[in-house]
Amino acid sequence: MALLHSIGRRVGKRLVASLPALLGVVVFTFLLMRVLPGDPAAFFASGPNAGQEEIDELRRQLGLDRPIPEQLVRYLYDIATGHLGRSITTGQPVVRDLADRLPASLELSLCGLALALVLALPLGIAAALRPGSPVDHGVRFLCTLGVCVPTFVSGLLLIYAFYVVAGIAPDPTGRIDIFAAPPPDITGFLLIDFLLVGDLAGWRAAAAQLLLPAITMALFVLAPLARMTRASLMAVLGSDFIRTARSIGLASWRVVMVYALRNALLPVLTIVGIVFSTMLGANVLVEKVFSWPGIGSYALDALVASDYAPVQGFVLLIAAIFVVVNLTIDVLYGIADPRVSIE
Amino acid sequence: MSGALLQVEDLHVSFSTRGGMVQAVRGLSLDIAPGGTLAIVGESGSGKSVTAYAVTQLLDKAGRIVRGRIRFRGQDITRAGAAQMKALRGAAISMVFQSPRTALNPIRSIGRQIMDAVGAHQALPRAALRARALELLEAVRIPAARFDAYPEELSGGMCQRVMIAMAIACDPALLIADEPTTGLDVTTQKAVMDLLTRLIAERRMSLILITHDLGLAARYCREVAVMQQGVVVERAPAGTLFARPQHPYTCKLVAASPTLTSTVADLVGGAAASLPPEGEGGAKRRKGDVAMDSVPVLSTESVRASPFRPCGAPSPSGGRNEGPLLEAHNLVKRYAGATAVGDVSLDLRRGESLGVVGESGSGKSTLSRLVCRLIDPDGGRILFDGHDIGAVAARDFHAAPQRRDIQIVFQDPHDSLNPRFSAFDCIAHPLRRLLKPAENDMRRRVQESAERCGLSPDLLSRFPHQLSGGQKARVGIARAIAVAPRLLVLDEPTAALDVSVQAVVLKLLDDLRRDEGLAFLFVSHDLNVVRMMCDRIIVMRQGCVVEEGPGQEIFAAPKAAYTRELLAAIPHVEPEPALAG
Repeated sequence: MALLHSIGRRVGKRLVASLPALLGVVVFTFLLMRVLPGDPAAFFASGPNAGQEEIDELRRQLGLDRPIPEQLVRYLYDIATGHLGRSITTGQPVVRDLADRLPASLELSLCGLALALVLALPLGIAAALRPGSPVDHGVRFLCTLGVCVPTFVSGLLLIYAFYVVAGIAPDPTGRIDIFAAPPPDITGFLLIDFLLVGDLAGWRAAAAQLLLPAITMALFVLAPLARMTRASLMAVLGSDFIRTARSIGLASWRVVMVYALRNALLPVLTIVGIVFSTMLGANVLVEKVFSWPGIGSYALDALVASDYAPVQGFVLLIAAIFVVVNLTIDVLYGIADPRVSIE
Repeated sequence: MSGALLQVEDLHVSFSTRGGMVQAVRGLSLDIAPGGTLAIVGESGSGKSVTAYAVTQLLDKAGRIVRGRIRFRGQDITRAGAAQMKALRGAAISMVFQSPRTALNPIRSIGRQIMDAVGAHQALPRAALRARALELLEAVRIPAARFDAYPEELSGGMCQRVMIAMAIACDPALLIADEPTTGLDVTTQKAVMDLLTRLIAERRMSLILITHDLGLAARYCREVAVMQQGVVVERAPAGTLFARPQHPYTCKLVAASPTLTSTVADLVGGAAASLPPEGEGGAKRRKGDVAMDSVPVLSTESVRASPFRPCGAPSPSGGRNEGPLLEAHNLVKRYAGATAVGDVSLDLRRGESLGVVGESGSGKSTLSRLVCRLIDPDGGRILFDGHDIGAVAARDFHAAPQRRDIQIVFQDPHDSLNPRFSAFDCIAHPLRRLLKPAENDMRRRVQESAERCGLSPDLLSRFPHQLSGGQKARVGIARAIAVAPRLLVLDEPTAALDVSVQAVVLKLLDDLRRDEGLAFLFVSHDLNVVRMMCDRIIVMRQGCVVEEGPGQEIFAAPKAAYTRELLAAIPHVEPEPALAG
C-alpha cells in the first residue's frame, strides 16, 4: 500500500514536471517549421503555374497570413483542445493519421526491443562471466558490427539474404501481405488482433512480415544493451555482497542470477527506456526500407512536403511517448530498487 | 597439532599486478583449536585479510596460493574444488566482513538474505527457513518486525548483526571476522563485539578476529598473532603479548596505540626519527601561551623552515586583541527538518586546542564545517578574532580576509587530494588562491610548508596515488598550513591511518601547534586521541553538547552518563583482557 502510494506520488510529480518540457518542444518545433525554407501554400497549390491569388487564398485558408505569434497561440489552443490540425497531404486530421500509424511503429519497436533484450542479456552475461575470453571478444565484435552498420544497410542485407537469395522471407512490403485479409481493427497491433480473432495463419504471416524489420532494429540497439549488461554485471560481481553470498556457501548460479543479475539489471533498465525512445523516433529508415506504414515514414513524408501539422504532431507525440516511457521506467525502477522509493 | 581445527602451514599468497607478482603472504603459519579465539593484528598491507580469504578461497582473481598447506579438521583444503568449498563455506567456516552496509545485498530484504544463508546448506520448506531466519534475527537482537527491511534502512551496527546472523546460520565451527567493527562507533563496536563473542561462546565456535586495533584484540581474544609483511612475527596469549612484547614490531605497535594514559610523545617512540627536526625546539615551550604573531623566540631552524609570515603579508585581520580567537554562539544547523547541530556555543583561545568528540550523527562534522564557513548556519553567530564571520555567506567566504586564517584538514587523506594535482600543486593551491605570491616565493613557501610536515622535496612531484597514506596525510596538513592560518580545523585527521602512522602524524600536529601557536578545533571519534591532543574537550550527542571541560578531568571524572558510556566502550590494551570467548 505504501509502495503504491509512493509510486502514485512519484508519477504525479513527474507528469507535472514534464509539462514545461513538452511545452518547450511544441514551441520549438513550431518555430523550427516556420524557419525552415519551403512554403506549404506554394507546394500545395494546384500546380507550378498557379497564380499568386490562388497561393494567397491557400495561405489565408491555412492561417499562414497571420503574424507568427498569433499562429502559435492558435496552435497551442488547438493542442489544448485536442486538435493537431489537418494534414494537407492525406487530407485527414493529424490525430487520426497518427492513431492509424502509431500501432505499426509501436509493434515494430517493441518486438525489436524484445528481440534485442533476448539476445543482449545472455550475451552480456556470458561476456561478463568470462571477461577477456573468446566469448567476450565475440560479443564485442557483434556489438561493434551492430553499431557500425547503419540500419538501412543491415535491413537491405537481410532482405537480400532471406528474401532474394534464400527466399524464405515474405515480400518486405508493409505489415501484411497485400492480398491477405487484415484482421478487424481492435488494438491496431496485428499480432494481438490476429490472436484475438483466433486467426493463427494470419498471425504467422504478420509475424513473418515483422521478423526482418524487427531484427534490423534489434541489431541496431544490441550494442548499448549488451555492453551495459556486461559492464554492470562485472561491477556487481566485484562488489562486497557477492563475496558475502559466496561466503555463506550459495550455489554459484544462484549467486549470479539472484544476487548479481538483479542488481546489475537496474542500470540496464534505464538504458532500455532510452533505447526504446530512440527506436521509436529513429526507425524512419527501417520503416522506409520495409515499406512499414509507421509514424516515422509518415512524418518524413510530411516534412519533405512542408506539411507543418503532421510534423508538429509527430514531434509532440514522440515527446509525450518519451515522457511516458521514462515514467514507466522510473516506476519499474522504484519497484525493483527499494533504495529509490525510500526517499 | 592434530587437534587443531584450522592449521595453516607456510602459506604463500601472491597477487599478479601490473608491476609483476606481489607477495602478500610469505610463509605464514598459524593454527586455532576448537573453541579458541585468535586475533590477527597488523597494519594495512600486512596480509591479514589475504590470509583469511585464502583460507576460504575468496581471494580476488589476481590472488593465488603459491605454496603452503591449509588444513581444516585435518583435511587438506588448500586446493579444494569449488563443490567442496561451497559445502564448507557457511556450514563449517563462515565470515563476517568489514563495512557491513556494502556486504549485504542492497535490494534484498535482510530476512530473505538470512533465509538464503540457512537454505544454502539445508533443504527446508519456505516456512521452516523463515522460522529459522526469525530465530537468528532474535539471536542477534533485531526485532522480528525488521524482517522485511532493506540494508539501507538499518544502521551500520544492525547491518553487521544481520551479517553475523548469516554467518552463524548453519552453525559453522569457525568464524573469521575481518575488521568487523571498523567504521562503527565505539559504543556500537562494543555492542557488536559483545554479541559476537557471546554467540561464539554459546555455540562453541572458534573465532579468528582480524583487526588493526590492539585494544579490540586484547579485549575479545585469548590469543593474539601479530602480522608484519606477510608473516606472523609474534604469537602469544593476549595478556602476555601486551605486557611483554618480544618482537620489535610488536613493541612499536603496542607503543603507538593510544591508551588511557599515553601522551603523544609516548606513541611515537622509535618512529620519532622520521619527524622533522623542527619539532624539538617548540616542544619545550608552553602550549598556546601566545598568539603566533607575538611569539618572541623561534629557533633559527624554525625561522628558516617556517612559512608563517616571516616574509611580510601579515594577516589582514591579524589584530592582537586578547579576546578569544573563535566564539560560536547558539549555532543551529538543520538538514531537511532534522537538527544536525542544535544550539551549540563554544569559544577557543589563541593557540588553544579544543577537542570535539561524539559518535556518528552527533553533529561534530557539521559543527566543524560551520566553523570553517563551508556551510551556512540556520541560527547563531560565529566570531573570529572579533569579526562576525557567520554573517559572511559560505559561498562568499573564500573572498573574506579570514579565509586564510581558518584552514581545514579533512578526514580522508586520499579523497581530499585532487588526483590530478601533484603534491606540490596540492600544497600550492590555497597559496595561489588566497595569497597569490610570485612564482619564486610560492615555490619556497610550498617547500617550507612541506618540510615542516616532514615531506622530503623529492616527494613533491608525485601524485596522490603514488604516496602512502601517511604521506598523503602530510600533504593535507602542509596544504592547510601553507597559508599560515591561525585556526586549524581537523576533521578526523587520522581516522584512515594505521596506528604507527597515526602516532607520527599526531606528533607532527602537536609540534606544529606548539611551535606556531596554532589553535586547533580537533574533531574525532577517538577519545584517546582527543585527550592527548586537546586542552579542552566538548562531548556532543545528537547535535548538542552534553559535557565540556578539560580533557584530563573529563577522562578522570566524567559527569554525563553518555560520556561514561563512551569511555567504557573504548577497548584498551592494558587492563586484563575480559575473556569473553
